[in-house]
Amino acid sequence: MPKYLLLKHYRGGPEQHLPFPPLDQWAPEDVEAHFAFLRHVGELLEASGELVGVQALAPSQTWVRYGGPGAAPVTTDGPLPETNDLVAGWYLVDVESRERALEIAAHISSEPGPGGGPLHEWIDVREVLSHGPAED
Amino acid sequence: MATEPTTGVDEGALRTLVPRVLAGLVRRGEDFDAAEDALQEALLDALRVWPEHPPRDPRAWLGAVATRRLVDARRSEAARSRREEGSHREPRPAATEEGDDTLFLLFCCCSPDLPPASQVALALRAVGGLTTREVADAFLVPEATMAQRISRAKRALRGRRLDQPGDLAVVLRVLSLVYTAGHAGRVDLAGEAIRLARQLTLATEEPEARGLLALMLLNHARRAARLDAQGRLVPLDRQDRSRWDTREIAEGVRVLQSALAVQRPGRYQVEAAIAALHDDAASAEETDWPQVLAWYDDLVALSNDPVRQDPAAVLGRAVAVGHALGAAAGLRETDRLREVLGDRHRWHAVRGHLHERDGDLPAAAAAYAEAARRATDVAEREHLVRQAARARAQHRS
Repeated sequence: MPKYLLLKHYRGGPEQHLPFPPLDQWAPEDVEAHFAFLRHVGELLEASGELVGVQALAPSQTWVRYGGPGAAPVTTDGPLPETNDLVAGWYLVDVESRERALEIAAHISSEPGPGGGPLHEWIDVREVLSHGPAED
Repeated sequence: MATEPTTGVDEGALRTLVPRVLAGLVRRGEDFDAAEDALQEALLDALRVWPEHPPRDPRAWLGAVATRRLVDARRSEAARSRREEGSHREPRPAATEEGDDTLFLLFCCCSPDLPPASQVALALRAVGGLTTREVADAFLVPEATMAQRISRAKRALRGRRLDQPGDLAVVLRVLSLVYTAGHAGRVDLAGEAIRLARQLTLATEEPEARGLLALMLLNHARRAARLDAQGRLVPLDRQDRSRWDTREIAEGVRVLQSALAVQRPGRYQVEAAIAALHDDAASAEETDWPQVLAWYDDLVALSNDPVRQDPAAVLGRAVAVGHALGAAAGLRETDRLREVLGDRHRWHAVRGHLHERDGDLPAAAAAYAEAARRATDVAEREHLVRQAARARAQHRS
């Protein structure tokens, strides 16, 4: 079965379908609904036997590269172009088909936003390369 | 344990035998690494054999089977290296000093040559009797990764004399790491740390060992109230105190008093005293903040440069100042810490709390939001986002 990485972003990707303020500026009950929904998604995917892993990432980001022999790693925190993607977290799922991966991603994207309506957040769906070619 | 098949063997009792059998082997002069491997195999044998043929003396049975495994292993190794000159090591003479096995093994695992993560993993397996799989689960890493970490740690100890008294401070730090490390895994590491600390206090008179046990018990007592039914973090001042474990609190206080009576205070005793004052208050409003502050003064005084060496203590003290002397005084306290601690999420969380007490809800919301952006724990981040949203909503209404 193919595996897909479903990425949520702090920023980057297509223009937001509905612009929304940061989570800490929502009404408390909307914040609760949002967290509860995401917990529910994790539970659903576990129950369906499709969840491989789910992780959230802190927003601070450091770029690192090799500095040369004997030199310390070279790091930078920016400045980076504003369009630079910043991943917020991911679900790794093991599913029957690409269609199912898209379906799960769309479900995640229906997470409740301010006022309780769906957020329509863009989810980045990436297929994970398998190990060893399929038998013919 | 949840990850083991049901065998009908009392695994709790089996695990308490692990450090005693292992200590016996190591004292006899066996290599720690080889002895620990042999005992792990003997344990697996026990789980298979005991349900049908329960042994008369389980400890002797494990010792005998592990010894047989060691002999087998040595034989095959000897065959491999027969032609390598001088490859056969003389077994070291057994240590003559008889002490408690648990303490002895903890010192072995907490060798200062090992990185903390390895000390913790090794202690859980060799002293706690957890399987590699269980230790891996507790730290949410793959089993193969944990197996490597453990075998590297054991290799680092190979050939080392293990009869030297170690540094109890390292052992205590490892136990406190075990306590705080794993809440997410399936294995109850907090309970495991308490079990080990309890054994440790039987083996040493050192008051800090009892201080650590007391601290763990007094924190553990609040465990049921720390999360609500939806798994959300509940801060101390909003916890349902009827859900605190009064028996654990009573034991913690008793252990703490016996430690303090020795009159050699240390950081674990002081932290336990602070925890005891919180546990002692029937409601958050009844907390004896002047006393809490006095203990924080003691705690901070234990470090030469507390702001850098013990940020948790100075931030905890700022909260205590805010309650004992007023929110404005607490905020002034945090101002002093801004330069060094201002990029930590906890500094912002403390500011949020103090601004809220001060009645400045917009400032509280902004501080909580900033703390949330810097938090590195999921439950804590969600909690801080909620605090920000709540403070904002209260301000609007």
